[in-house]
Amino acid sequence: MTDQQNPGPARKHGGDTELHRRQRGKNLAVLAALFAFVAIIYVVAMVRMSGGTFP
Amino acid sequence: MTDSVIAPEIMDSPVSSGTVRDYVALLKPRVMSLVVFSGVAGMVVAPGHLHPVLALVAVLCIALASGAAGAINMWYDRDIDAMMDRTANRPIPQGLVPADEALAFGIILTIASVTLMGLALNWVAAGLLALASGFYIFIYTMWLKRRTPQNIVIGGAAGAFPPMIGWAAVTGDVSLASIVLFALIFFWTPPHFWALAIFRKLDYQHAGVPMLPVVAGERETKKQMLIYTLILLPLAISPYFLGIGGLTYLAGSTILGLAFVAYAVQVLRSEDHKPAKRMFAFSILYLFLLFAILIGEHLAV
Repeated sequence: MTDQQNPGPARKHGGDTELHRRQRGKNLAVLAALFAFVAIIYVVAMVRMSGGTFP
Repeated sequence: MTDSVIAPEIMDSPVSSGTVRDYVALLKPRVMSLVVFSGVAGMVVAPGHLHPVLALVAVLCIALASGAAGAINMWYDRDIDAMMDRTANRPIPQGLVPADEALAFGIILTIASVTLMGLALNWVAAGLLALASGFYIFIYTMWLKRRTPQNIVIGGAAGAFPPMIGWAAVTGDVSLASIVLFALIFFWTPPHFWALAIFRKLDYQHAGVPMLPVVAGERETKKQMLIYTLILLPLAISPYFLGIGGLTYLAGSTILGLAFVAYAVQVLRSEDHKPAKRMFAFSILYLFLLFAILIGEHLAV
């Protein structure tokens, strides 16, 4: 049997796909938080180095 | 009861079925809003100027550290949270967020917010932020809450730090005015929490938390509440005499303070729980309005 014929447990059970959907949502939230943290550090560094004249 | 249907193994399950919303719920957003508001008040009334970006970062740090402490509190109190109606629907007792994950979430956010506060603003503000978090987690949650009816009196200090942190973010120091703002919340906390504890007494009794109404009875609690509102009356007016509040604040804090005392008298004279519920709701409005007037006066000038 090939993978195409057997979609696997994640697709077989509605509960699993729901769990994966939630996990993907959380992963994206963590990614967004990390990007936001990097952006904040960058902007804070610019503000402090410019002596408050940035932007 | 709720505790009979939530098995401990669900709370400590390593599998997370929660959504992003459940992790946001761990941060106690409603508590966070008052914390942020009082922190902003401290920043606004403090002498000096902050770049808007740095001011926003300071607010973010106060909000995140407050939320993180709330998440760690939910991790530690997950056993008693499951027993109380008010807290049984929190993400850990509901089995939506694994306890260990909630703890890790809280620790990471605490470290990130304190570090960011230190790097972006100053290390006095960061130190106070760390002290507030540590006080809430170790002194209040882990030490006092389950041991003494004075838990929220001493532990209330944790919630009193935000205006002092906001002030320090601007000035880099701790002054008499910021200590008065600290004291204002410190003396506000007992009547606020005891009003809640009176009408949630059975919850606390069931969970074995020695809140004052459970240990000393409602009559003694109501007397103590009145004493604290009387202490708060002159204390809340004092920002006017320290020059951080104007005439509007003087009038507002006097009226609000007298109303708070009147609520406490009503609670003392009543046998049912309705006045306590009203006083609890008013206590939130009281603090919100006090800081709103302070902020309004400074922004209007």
